[in-house]
Amino acid sequence: MSKKRFTLPNWAAYLINAALFAAFIIGGNAVLSSGALPSFITKVAMLIGIQVIAAVSLNISTGYLGQLPLGHAGFMAVGAYASAIFMTRTGIPAQLAFPLGIVIGAAVAGLFGVLIGIPALRLKGDYLAIITLGFGEIIRVVLLNIDSVLGFKLTNGAAGLQGIPKTTTFVNAWLMVGLTCFLIHTFMKSRHGRAVLSIRENEIAAESCGINITYYKTLAFSLSAAFAGAAGALYAGYLGILNPSNFGFMKSIEILVMVVLGGMGSMAGSIVAAIVLTAAPEALRAFDDYRMIVYSLLLIATMIFKPSGLLGRYDFSMKRIIEKCVNGELFASFRRGRGKGAEEA
Amino acid sequence: MKRVFAMVMAVVMAAVMFAGCSAGGNNNASNNSGSGDTIKVGLLGPHSGEYAVYGLGVRNGAELYFKKVNEAGGINGKQIELVVYDNKGDDTEAVTAFTRMVDEGVTALVGDVLTGNTLAVVGEANAVNMPMITPSATAAAVTVKEDGTVYSNVFRTCFIDPFQGEKMAAFAAEVLGVKTAAVFAQTGNDYAQGLADAFKAKCAELGVEIVAEEGYAKGDVDYKSQLTNIAAKNPEVVFCPNYYEDDGLIVTQARQVGVTGTFLGGDGWSGVKNYASADVLEGSYYCSGYAPASTDAVKQFEEEFVAAYGKDTLNMFAATAYDAAMIMCAALEKAEETGYAPASEEYKQAVIDAIRTEGPNVKGITSEGGYTFDEYNNPIKDAVIIKVTGGEEVFDRMF
Repeated sequence: MSKKRFTLPNWAAYLINAALFAAFIIGGNAVLSSGALPSFITKVAMLIGIQVIAAVSLNISTGYLGQLPLGHAGFMAVGAYASAIFMTRTGIPAQLAFPLGIVIGAAVAGLFGVLIGIPALRLKGDYLAIITLGFGEIIRVVLLNIDSVLGFKLTNGAAGLQGIPKTTTFVNAWLMVGLTCFLIHTFMKSRHGRAVLSIRENEIAAESCGINITYYKTLAFSLSAAFAGAAGALYAGYLGILNPSNFGFMKSIEILVMVVLGGMGSMAGSIVAAIVLTAAPEALRAFDDYRMIVYSLLLIATMIFKPSGLLGRYDFSMKRIIEKCVNGELFASFRRGRGKGAEEA
Repeated sequence: MKRVFAMVMAVVMAAVMFAGCSAGGNNNASNNSGSGDTIKVGLLGPHSGEYAVYGLGVRNGAELYFKKVNEAGGINGKQIELVVYDNKGDDTEAVTAFTRMVDEGVTALVGDVLTGNTLAVVGEANAVNMPMITPSATAAAVTVKEDGTVYSNVFRTCFIDPFQGEKMAAFAAEVLGVKTAAVFAQTGNDYAQGLADAFKAKCAELGVEIVAEEGYAKGDVDYKSQLTNIAAKNPEVVFCPNYYEDDGLIVTQARQVGVTGTFLGGDGWSGVKNYASADVLEGSYYCSGYAPASTDAVKQFEEEFVAAYGKDTLNMFAATAYDAAMIMCAALEKAEETGYAPASEEYKQAVIDAIRTEGPNVKGITSEGGYTFDEYNNPIKDAVIIKVTGGEEVFDRMF
């Protein structure tokens, strides 16, 4: 066969993805605001958006960098509190304060990522897991007790930070999801992303090729923390009240479960798992008392039958699908198995 | 093969999701059609997880009363339909579950149970003007916004934290006649700190000197160094407003290091007798919202409760929830007279107004004098002083 294989130019792929994403946001918003669905669905949809950001951000350090941090909820907490304090203490109108708050939340969480990442990333594997777990708990305990150290009300401790404007909506939550996925995707496609992947594959080999391990590890880790901070900021605007106990160790585990279940290193996997795991407890309400058992069984069954996660390292790519359709190889690929690369619709 | 399994799993998970969704949808449809002859009341709380004892106590206590009303013919001929949702003690789930209740056409809410969850729900409830009585959320902020305005739709049948601290300070000064006191409270715990702060403020007012003030962190089991400091000051009373497991250990260790003063506590002490010996606890007092087996009405409630649900969840929360249900039914009765349809805006406002006007006539089991609400929607009622003696927690007096 000498026929030239059709390839979609990059700009066209981005255009198609952007159009599909815009259609999703507009369509989703139209359906949810039309009142055809019960209003709690809107709440769940917002929550899913927040969880998706948390999961894809953890996927950077777990899936792409190949480390196992257990303090992700701590970064969410930092972002949530930073943006909430900013929104409640400054008199800026909520429409302006909210996007600024997300940026501030992400920046502060990213800064914490650097501060914690530099000492923590000297360790590997389970040692790293334990030290990040420790840092996560430290953040929570500091948020709980800092008021009595400072002598004035900053985080409101155990009473919770109240009166945060509820500015998170379906549209801004999912726009943030789109932005997060786009930024992470482009980062991973850049030379920096390749460097991060090479560290996952073999640290010594990567170093021998001249890659600055410490720099790239810290970069990926703080990027992961920054997006977690953005998720936290959205969470603050969703709930309107923050309590350090919402960001405990179990929250970190919850996010990690999403990443592992979806497949470490697969952005699409993280998204699917975040959607399923966030919707499941609500959807299973019909089972009432048994819902937590059903939920756990779903997790166990998935891990037994597909230990690499639902999607493994496979990533969904609109571009690839279109190309395959045009080239008439759509079904061939199913037989051949997994592809590689990352593209987010 | 594994790929196939993964696919199957994904399909199963998706199917379960949609099954759940469609079940919810069906509910909705049937509910809307049937809303003419039933009144929907929501019951929200942690029915599973760490705080299930509180949540189940509330659920059972409220359910007991609503069932009695239904058996007696309902309200204005309409049956009360309970919409019961578990929030697992999680703020996020509490908000989603509450929104779901609103979707299903709930007219009024008994709950939430934990203070943190309730704080997350009140904002949402206020936005839809949902009449709401919490039987157990004790933080002052539950009924009052940051800026000092009151949530007009939120009421409670329990004390607020500062109230207990004030009561115990007054009890120490006026009944026990002490001149010196010490405070030993868990730091970083809103409940313990709320009580401790109010106790100290009231003591200053009544001329009782706070000679020692110590704290401990959640999870501590050895308190001897702090207690030694307290023992050195020899206070006449030690105010220890923590939860029962900690209190039991604290009292035991305090006696070992030579603290001789009387121990005082808040309603978190309920159940302390199982966590320390009768000797060390002898003569301690705590205040509570509920006095077991104190009056005939209480005894009757306890009998009915145990017959229906067993003894495990019979606690203060069950009693205050029973009262909350009682007030809610009285208010619904009154609102029915207006003739509006349940769950309509006017009906909900009528219920809110009726809670204020009907509350004082409700002879609750934890407040025989009825429920009069103050300007912050908190009940004005006497505290029950419980004395620990002979290894039992017995009703001492109303104070």
